[in-house]
Amino acid sequence: MNLLLVGAGGVLGALARYAVGAWLPGRTRDTLAVNVLGSFALGALTAVAAEGAALSTVFGIGFCGAFTTFSSFAVETVTLYDDGERRAAVRNAAANLVGALAAVGVGGWLATALA
Amino acid sequence: MSGSDATESLAERLRPLALVAVGGFAGAALRYAVSVALPGGFPWGTLAVNVAGSFALGVLFYEARLVGRLGPRMRLLLGTGFLSSFTTYSAFAVETAALSPGLAVANVGANYALGFAAVLAGRAVVRTASEEVAG
Repeated sequence: MNLLLVGAGGVLGALARYAVGAWLPGRTRDTLAVNVLGSFALGALTAVAAEGAALSTVFGIGFCGAFTTFSSFAVETVTLYDDGERRAAVRNAAANLVGALAAVGVGGWLATALA
Repeated sequence: MSGSDATESLAERLRPLALVAVGGFAGAALRYAVSVALPGGFPWGTLAVNVAGSFALGVLFYEARLVGRLGPRMRLLLGTGFLSSFTTYSAFAVETAALSPGLAVANVGANYALGFAAVLAGRAVVRTASEEVAG
């Protein structure tokens, strides 16, 4: 049952990420956007929803998990470096980390304040 | 434009969405299965999927760059759909924020170092394979 819930959330998350990729041109901008947005959403959800609840499973593990991505981030960062754009690679690695961690904090704070 | 042409062009437009959706379902479900299978205490599940998925996407990316035998449909299904949903940044960020400072640094270091190394390993595999084919 949980596998189906996660899978269903995964379908929506992957399609939403695909849509963001179509809207945001550029080599790394779309991945940074989904990673920061999705981390904000998961940070908010984790702060207020019970672990194991259906909502957490569908939206947290399924949607947010699939909407954000590590593999594209890793490939984009390494290939930037590989192509001689070393500063851009380091910037991308830092921006995803700082952006996502800050988003988790803000999302959690906001959800707790509103709940 | 005849009715069958319209149906065909709609099917053409929906196909990429279907490929991404199928891949997204499988990738997210498998990520969940891995996280359930691995022990708790440290976010091993996220680390495992991120490293394995980065390796596989590295293979896929450099295959496109150096060989180019896989078509765009296969790349949508496997890359944008499956592998990008199998790996995740949001769980990595939330789990890192919940760890003690020392373990948080270790988690970031492990995901980044092993993830980047996995992409390079994927590149090496494709290079070796394409040289063998060419040679």
